[in-house]
Amino acid sequence: MVESVAAAAPERGLSRARRADWTLPLLIFVAFAAVPLFGGAASGSYILSLVTRVMVFAIAALALDLLVGFGALVSFGHAAFMGLGAYAVGILAAHGIGDALVALPVALAAAMLFAWVTGIVCLRTRGVYFIMITLAFGQMAYFTASSLAPYGGDDGLTIAARNTIFGFEVLRDDRALYFVTLACLVGAYLLCRAVVGSRFGRVFRGARENPVRMAAIGFEVYRYQLVGYVLAGGLGGLSGFLLANATEFVSPAYMSWQRSGELIIMVILGGIGTLHGAIVGAAAFILVSEWLPEGIYQLGALLQIRSVSDFAEHWKIVFGPLLVLVVLFARGGLIGVGRRILGRSGHE
Amino acid sequence: MSTTLFVVQTLNGLQLGVLLFLIAAGLTLVFGVMDFINLAHGVQYMLGAYFAVMFYGLTGSFLAALILALGASLLFGLLLEFAVFRHLYDRDHLDHVIATFGVILFLNQGVKFVWGAAPLTLPIPEMFSGSVLLMPGLLYPIWRLVIIGSGLAVALLLYLLVSYSRVGMLVRAGATNAPMVSALGVDIRRLFMIVFGFGTMLAGFAGIMIAPILSVEPGMGDTILILAFVVIVIGGIGSIRGAFVAALLIGLVDTLGRSFAVDILRLFMAPSPARTVGPAIASMLIYLLMALVLYFRPAGLFPAKGR
Repeated sequence: MVESVAAAAPERGLSRARRADWTLPLLIFVAFAAVPLFGGAASGSYILSLVTRVMVFAIAALALDLLVGFGALVSFGHAAFMGLGAYAVGILAAHGIGDALVALPVALAAAMLFAWVTGIVCLRTRGVYFIMITLAFGQMAYFTASSLAPYGGDDGLTIAARNTIFGFEVLRDDRALYFVTLACLVGAYLLCRAVVGSRFGRVFRGARENPVRMAAIGFEVYRYQLVGYVLAGGLGGLSGFLLANATEFVSPAYMSWQRSGELIIMVILGGIGTLHGAIVGAAAFILVSEWLPEGIYQLGALLQIRSVSDFAEHWKIVFGPLLVLVVLFARGGLIGVGRRILGRSGHE
Repeated sequence: MSTTLFVVQTLNGLQLGVLLFLIAAGLTLVFGVMDFINLAHGVQYMLGAYFAVMFYGLTGSFLAALILALGASLLFGLLLEFAVFRHLYDRDHLDHVIATFGVILFLNQGVKFVWGAAPLTLPIPEMFSGSVLLMPGLLYPIWRLVIIGSGLAVALLLYLLVSYSRVGMLVRAGATNAPMVSALGVDIRRLFMIVFGFGTMLAGFAGIMIAPILSVEPGMGDTILILAFVVIVIGGIGSIRGAFVAALLIGLVDTLGRSFAVDILRLFMAPSPARTVGPAIASMLIYLLMALVLYFRPAGLFPAKGR
């Protein structure tokens, strides 16, 4: 499934596919940009911080889609990159360095360095073994973070204030942070698209289809994959940098394997190998897990049935089967479903 | 670092290893034979423990609870196979991951819904309660010895089954090349069901046996699941022998690491950093081990031939 979805898209009917491929991402970004206009424009509003969170995770999911969807490299330790980026912000802040001009490069460098070192080892393996070895490194990062006693250990570390930019407290305003995050998301998306479409990207995708053949043509597959892995790690670090600023808190839980699993689920849920699918998946995952309990509660209130309202705390009983249904009936994730619906109406 | 402490911790490590083997055996077979990643395997271990608590409450006898819980685990596993997993065998690995993750969410929360979020306990059967003097100054709980003994017995039984029975032969053949086995006229779906049911029952058995010494709570399967995956990857997917060796290895390394990391670090570090770094290194040890094994043997220690 991974192969067919991603491979078919760029080659088939170029002009039409290309137009369609730009419409949805554009719509998504316009929707994000419009949120502050409609849903609670005030700083500190619930909607604003929720959607900021969505976009932060969308950046990490985007990077993961680059690996999973275009390289068949299923990383189960992707949360570690986010955590490293976040801890870079937290640790620097604890030492009184609160400017993004220092924190951002450090966050990116830390995540990319970790990706490079672990990538050298991980990329020797394939398939399930790759999944497990990335998990291993993710767990090592997790346990390292929880042993950092001077920086809160297991309990995590509260950051006194958001990063300043050139000494100005720009990000203190939630709207400013929102638009900075949106800009980062758009930038990350454009970067990933450029990479996928480039010569490098073609080699990277070729390695997904048939590493042996790529090697026979004369490409050193390993090096291309390593560069891709480092790039995805860097984007994960960017996401972690933003997450630390959004929550003003870092904790080892940012690097837990559950978090890595959630990122994979976001990518699959949205639709693998489409890039904007990862954004849709992140939004769907976070919004559903945020609103489903509330929705069940309201349904109970509407029907005036207490037991339905009380069921709200057990929303995962609904969410779990929902995921199973998506897998069973919605091949290609949410993007795949959307495409099929649009495709059908186009023919009629 | 006295000898008694070392012996006690070695036995504890063996007990964890045996428990891991019970879970990993089913996981590695399902993975090896059916090429199916079942993240929900850990939940089945949890369900085994819950079933045992429930049936113990109903019957008041541990033996009856054990037998009924084993049956319930098997039935529930087959129900899951029939309702969900069967439709996923010819799908991508990633589809397995997301669907079985959904099953985990559902069952963890379902358990909370049915039995409540508070941890439950199961008493140790009268006959095996208390401790036994293994050597001067070393009292060891009998129940842990029972776990080790029964786990080793299951391992032996499994070895005989896989090596000498007809189903075992098919299982080995399936782990090597499932399509070929199917082409030779074996009903592969039925073989899958047998393997799956058996694996589920083993995971349930592990949950039942550990219930008297752990608290039975939602989510208890999640941590052990990751450990079981580490075991089957180190051992080589599809290999029972590999799972056995790797399970004991992981059990011992993890337990001994946790008990002695600080002491060992103290030999060449100041006490206070040793106390902070020690536990972190101890938790990391098995992942380090896995990374090392995969670096030198990218397909695990005992790769099933033909993969």
